Amino acid sequence: MAARTEGVPVVPGDVLTVEGLSTSIRLRKSAVDVVKGVDLRLRPGETLGLVGESGSGKSMTGLSIMGLLPPGGHIAAGSIKLDGRELVGLPERQYQKVRGNEIAMVFQDPMTSLNPTKTIGEQVAEPIRLHLGATPKQARERALDMLALVGIARPAERMGNYPHQLSGGLRQRVMIAMALSCEPKVLIADEPTTALDVTVQAQVLRLLHDLKDRLGMAMLLITHDMGVIARWADRVSVMYAGGMVESATTDRLFAGMRHPYTQALLACTPRLTQRRESALFSIPGSPPDLEHPPAGCRFAARCAHATDRCEREAPALTEPAPGHTLACWHPVEGPLEPAARPVEAAPKAADDQAGPVLVADGLVKEYGTGRLSLRRSARAVNAVSGVSFAVRPGQTFGLVGESGCGKSTLARMIVALEKPTSGSVTALGGALGELRGRDLRRHRRNLQMMFQDSLDALDPRMRVGAILREPFEAQGIGTAAEQLAAIRELLDEVGLPHSALERYPHEFSGGQRQRIALARALALNPRVIVADEPVSALDVSVRSQVLNLMKRLQATHDLTYVVISHDLTVVRYIADIVGVMYLGKLVEVGSADDVYLRAVHPYTAGLIAAIPEPDPGAAEPAGGLDIGSELPSPLDPPSGCRFRTRCPRAQARCAEEEPVLLGFGPGHSAACHFPLREPQPAVPAG
Amino acid sequence: MTDTAPPQQVTSGWRLAVRSFAQNRLAVAGVGIIVLLILFCFAGPLLYVTEQVAVDPVNSLLPPGGDYPLGTDAQGFDVLGRIMRGGQASLQIGLFAALIATAIGTLYGTIAGLIGGVVDGIMMRLVDTLLSIPFLFIVLIAATQFSSTVLSLSLILGAFSWLGPARLVRAEVLSLRSRGFVAAATVMGATKPRIIVRHLIPNALGVVIVNITFQVADAIIAVSLLGFLGFGLNYPDVEWGTQLSDGVSHLFEGAWWLIYPVGGCLVLVVMAFNFVGDALRDSIDVRLRRR
Repeated sequence: MAARTEGVPVVPGDVLTVEGLSTSIRLRKSAVDVVKGVDLRLRPGETLGLVGESGSGKSMTGLSIMGLLPPGGHIAAGSIKLDGRELVGLPERQYQKVRGNEIAMVFQDPMTSLNPTKTIGEQVAEPIRLHLGATPKQARERALDMLALVGIARPAERMGNYPHQLSGGLRQRVMIAMALSCEPKVLIADEPTTALDVTVQAQVLRLLHDLKDRLGMAMLLITHDMGVIARWADRVSVMYAGGMVESATTDRLFAGMRHPYTQALLACTPRLTQRRESALFSIPGSPPDLEHPPAGCRFAARCAHATDRCEREAPALTEPAPGHTLACWHPVEGPLEPAARPVEAAPKAADDQAGPVLVADGLVKEYGTGRLSLRRSARAVNAVSGVSFAVRPGQTFGLVGESGCGKSTLARMIVALEKPTSGSVTALGGALGELRGRDLRRHRRNLQMMFQDSLDALDPRMRVGAILREPFEAQGIGTAAEQLAAIRELLDEVGLPHSALERYPHEFSGGQRQRIALARALALNPRVIVADEPVSALDVSVRSQVLNLMKRLQATHDLTYVVISHDLTVVRYIADIVGVMYLGKLVEVGSADDVYLRAVHPYTAGLIAAIPEPDPGAAEPAGGLDIGSELPSPLDPPSGCRFRTRCPRAQARCAEEEPVLLGFGPGHSAACHFPLREPQPAVPAG
Repeated sequence: MTDTAPPQQVTSGWRLAVRSFAQNRLAVAGVGIIVLLILFCFAGPLLYVTEQVAVDPVNSLLPPGGDYPLGTDAQGFDVLGRIMRGGQASLQIGLFAALIATAIGTLYGTIAGLIGGVVDGIMMRLVDTLLSIPFLFIVLIAATQFSSTVLSLSLILGAFSWLGPARLVRAEVLSLRSRGFVAAATVMGATKPRIIVRHLIPNALGVVIVNITFQVADAIIAVSLLGFLGFGLNYPDVEWGTQLSDGVSHLFEGAWWLIYPVGGCLVLVVMAFNFVGDALRDSIDVRLRRR
């Protein structure tokens, strides 16, 4: 970076200029450069997207600008100028006047960022009183305006609410109201929608975009999601391992990227148009350990184009075209052609003749609110209320829905971790509810589970060797030597070195841990694996590795999967049959193509429309299917059709009569009174 | 497709724990203090032989110096030798009481946490009830009923300080029970006893071990308190609390050597156990370890 000490010229009109920013964090023994030589420019009214995987330094860049680095963090070099005024080295007292006033920030998790002991009215009014010196009454009025501005209905009533009384989407709106209350020049939005459901995400991003335009702010949008960037950012900067690798306007970056990392990141983002036959592109390996950064290009170890030079010398940022900067020795031209992607052996077609391997019949799960409760009427929560489906051998059943719709409870009932309140699960001819003790334990061999949080699902005190040996020991299979041989084979299959045996789970990256979890689930050679959000905790580049692995193992082991995810693109890629759940009920079931291309339930269509495509040219979703508001409480589900409170097509009948699943084609059914297509009565449902 | 494995070599789990513990200077100092005090109290009397049974009124309340490095007390006992002898009793009682309290508490807490439901409710309400009775009150009554020996004091203290560990272990078992790896073991067909032995106990052990060190410190203070109030060991046995109480009665005669040395030892040993406990808590957590 020595060649760039002159820095970018300050173009008049830039509201925020960051030049050669390097931030380091002191650890016990060493210092880690979490941000190294980052340049940014923001013009008023512009949205700059900052994209990268976790650990790429994008959040640290945002925190550096806010002057809110964690303990031990400091800016080692570079400058941050707000309207030409230097912020680096500004005394804390003066920084406080800037923070929340001229630069504001919206954080990822609105629950932890809001004070749980204060009403939202007080919290929105606080920066107004602090920075604008308003009287309590003025501040209150302004807070009311702000809450109305961010689209909170009946703001005067909501002012007195505490954060826990609001839903996730409303809390994020309150955060935005707080951030905007002093009309900052720059808004830093750090993963503002990552904790929200996809339907709410679209609304919050639209709100941010509209407010930015209305107030003439500049916005720094930090995210890992290429789809969000494509739709909402004007320019994009891509970060990798603390450094900026490429920056350009959004259209240019998506159509003509030059850096291999940008290319790979876009290629491994699953899309709705993904062809299931071809394997998802994935970036091999994982990001470098910043405590011991590589000497040359930090991406070299994972790059398909890397040469010796890349490993020796770090490339400097160059500007091959005006407004397009790049740090690479061997630039590529444009996005990867889909044809260039590896094609995996086509999965075996599911055997339509064979009987189902897994049948769920009328599953209901109610959680009481405590039997010893002193309250008179203990209300039950209906987590799952009557779900039936069947999965044939070799198929993948994908289950999608927003958080809180009962997906995970359903998964736990399928593997007999929870007893259904009523209904039954039959796996491989055995009714799980009727098996007891020894029989149930033996039957479990065929029915394994993968969990979302791999760190939680692997015993932290056991080495990987012991973790993988456990299934054999629990089932009493094989001698120690045979077990070891089987364990080594499992490691080979999931692509982990044998040296992993002696290590503890926390020493692995998230993707590696999910491989260990997969190896453990495979150990007993099960017929069915239930995977609850198997890749939600992983970065996109690693996510595609795990998804490809799951697919390959399905073909080689003749597995049947039940994959549960809130991410529709993941399910699109992996599932043959898709079930859409809403508030404890299946509202639509069909083949992946039926559900994604020919959805008949308004909820399904709304969910699909809300997914941001990683393509700036993608058409805006049709306006008629905005299912904006949030999931009603399962304590008290709406009468009739549960979706009616959010449905744009709802009519009086929906409140009175609960719709049943009707057939819309072979194997395609949906429960709706006013579907997007007319049902086909000739074909029986289910 | 293959992730690169971490390049370092394999190290055993225990060595890692020891290394992380050794990096904590306060903890090393704590261990050092405990070892030195144990040597001082138990090996000291072998090297520094003093008369601790027959009173010697002629040489009472001598200031430090000459034959008596720390002076003598009202009965004419050498104070340095007396601290060693008192320390033996204090340390023994502290350790025994802590072990008894932890054993009862762990068992009780584990049962409550594992069974859950109504049984758990009743068991924990019992703990709440016992905790609401002033500890000192019960111990004083009990102390008057039994002759004061090292064993009886340990039993009394142990029998009334298991409540804290019981709550702690129950909470730990409850949180462990809902962890993913327990669910994973259930799904692979592991039996309940197997889950308890392989997952719950090893993961709860850290909390228990750490708790023992704090219990030792608490029990040493508790037994000193009993001694100070006059319910300590019977003559000729002594522990630090009784010594302090004797010292206080001669405070106005300027006999500072009866207070400061023994009080210093007490503070030192309690502090040392707390340092060790804090460091253990950090080093036993596998996730905080670095290679």
